[in-house]
Amino acid sequence: MIADFYNYWVAIILMMIGFYIVISDANLIKKMIGITIFQTSVFILFISMSKVEGGTAPILIDEVTLYSNPLPHVLILTAIVVGVATTALGLAIIARIYREYGTVDENIIHAKDEEEYEDSDEDLS
Amino acid sequence: MLSQHLLVLQVVVPLLSAPLCALLPLASPGKYFSNKLAWLIATVASLISFVISILLAIEVSKHGYISYELGGWTPPWGIEYRIDHLSAYVLLIVSGIASITMLAAQKSIEKEIAHEKISLFYSAFLLCLTGLLGIVATGDAFNIFVFLEISSLSSYVLIALGNNRKALTASYQYLIMGTIGATFILIGVGLLYMLTGTLNLVDLQQKIPELLDSRALHAAFAFFTVGISLKLALLPLHLWLPNAYAYAPSMITVFLSATATKVSLYVLFRFFFGLFSNEVTFGEFHLDKILLPLSILAILIASAVAIFQDNIKRMFAYSSVAQIGYMTLGIGLATKSGSVAGMLHLFNHAIIKGGIFLAMACIVIRTNSVQLSNFAGLGKRMPWTMAALLLLGLGLIGVPFTAGFISKWYLLIAALDQRSWLAAAVIVGGSLLAIIYVWKVIEYAYLKTSSKTIDSDTASTKEAPLQMLIPLWLLVAASIYFGFETSFSFGFANTAINALFK
Repeated sequence: MIADFYNYWVAIILMMIGFYIVISDANLIKKMIGITIFQTSVFILFISMSKVEGGTAPILIDEVTLYSNPLPHVLILTAIVVGVATTALGLAIIARIYREYGTVDENIIHAKDEEEYEDSDEDLS
Repeated sequence: MLSQHLLVLQVVVPLLSAPLCALLPLASPGKYFSNKLAWLIATVASLISFVISILLAIEVSKHGYISYELGGWTPPWGIEYRIDHLSAYVLLIVSGIASITMLAAQKSIEKEIAHEKISLFYSAFLLCLTGLLGIVATGDAFNIFVFLEISSLSSYVLIALGNNRKALTASYQYLIMGTIGATFILIGVGLLYMLTGTLNLVDLQQKIPELLDSRALHAAFAFFTVGISLKLALLPLHLWLPNAYAYAPSMITVFLSATATKVSLYVLFRFFFGLFSNEVTFGEFHLDKILLPLSILAILIASAVAIFQDNIKRMFAYSSVAQIGYMTLGIGLATKSGSVAGMLHLFNHAIIKGGIFLAMACIVIRTNSVQLSNFAGLGKRMPWTMAALLLLGLGLIGVPFTAGFISKWYLLIAALDQRSWLAAAVIVGGSLLAIIYVWKVIEYAYLKTSSKTIDSDTASTKEAPLQMLIPLWLLVAASIYFGFETSFSFGFANTAINALFK
């Protein structure tokens, strides 16, 4: 029963690993890694469901009649491009955060923001 | 001839204008000139979109719906663009607000954005507009995901351009939460495709009723709900919104607050009523049992938090979370009249909140700050801006003869029809909380004089430039006009929901 659906288990396990990293780790770069694993697990989910048993890769040749479904491959190609753009943008923002704050640790960034807030309070009073 | 292609032009015009803006600095020698030209392109593209969406709305009200086959491939195989009353209504809001934003933007952008980045800024804005219009125009589930990501990625860029360094962390947080939300929607789309073998929304709608026993369908519904709620900033998933709105460049807050969450709400309508139908959504999956309590909490908690904010932009951002609660509360009532009221509030709130943030932009361009203490005495120094803020604030509270009153009134009637006394009490209570936070600003602006010694800088504060005041007062006029004349705003929403509900 479990072995029959092993592709879904792989996708779900990867998804949870990625999700856990995003939630638990304070390092912004590691969060990006988590997001990437999370997205990739969904790509695997799509690709594995397009597999037709006994079917070959969806390339038109004369002697073959049974193909895997090509549509999810195409969809995921688009989703991969979106994923790459997200990762690139995320890393670019992290690079600027590092330049402004001197750290990529979320907790330290929050602490610095709090300090700034208290300072500005004193300014007003 | 051209009229056949209006629907696709709605998306293609801003899409093609975006690279044009990005390439401008390479082509023209004078920086100042190229920035002006980029603004002109963005404004013209937004105005063309607005005209197209007006034409589409007229067309839709005659024929019921318009369908466009991309590349001549017939649906369900090819990608279909399809708009009905609901889509036409939201297209009008998005392109209308984009036009207003661009008309007012030039001076504010020149002040807040580094000069070498201005043309790229307009390029990102046009991409964001493309994404938002695309989500609404398309009739293909996967296409919705792609356009959602186009609009989201460009809005992360736009938010990160804010002057405060907190804009960066706000943008990053939005990126993480937005990506999770979009990926959840992608999982939902994948599960639906696995079950039905189609991605066309109309086709899906016909195939879903046979599959109600399937566990995968339930999972798909759950993923959609969480994914859209993240994008929508429904209460426990709203954490990205306040900072993103507070630290984004002023003009981007105007645009995003009035369109981004509204389009997410459109996706919610489209998926839960267009795809699953209201009988399935409420009868089988009991969405109302989750949506109603969360909406009530959103209204109460977000309004209460808003009262304690000193940064006024952040205060109105929290107020947005509360107002989104009003819209989902309408849906959560699980009746036709509730959803119509939610839709109507979507329309009215886009006008009111867009206007309020535009007034914030006017204040920022003259005084550089939106801290509450900074508002002291502004009623005298910027009378037109503050008068507009006052009128829009009344609309936000829901005072009679403003647009906000109409939609809250319909919400209240819908809640009483359902005998949901708690919801009715919360609708009224939320308005009372809104009085407190709006009053806080008004009191500072009109009744307090600046306690600080007036230096030369603040003394010379004058009224915002006319180029910003005119769009601002257009929104004020719209918010009052739709408080009297509801035949369009209510009529269109009513037809849209009637066509959707069974």
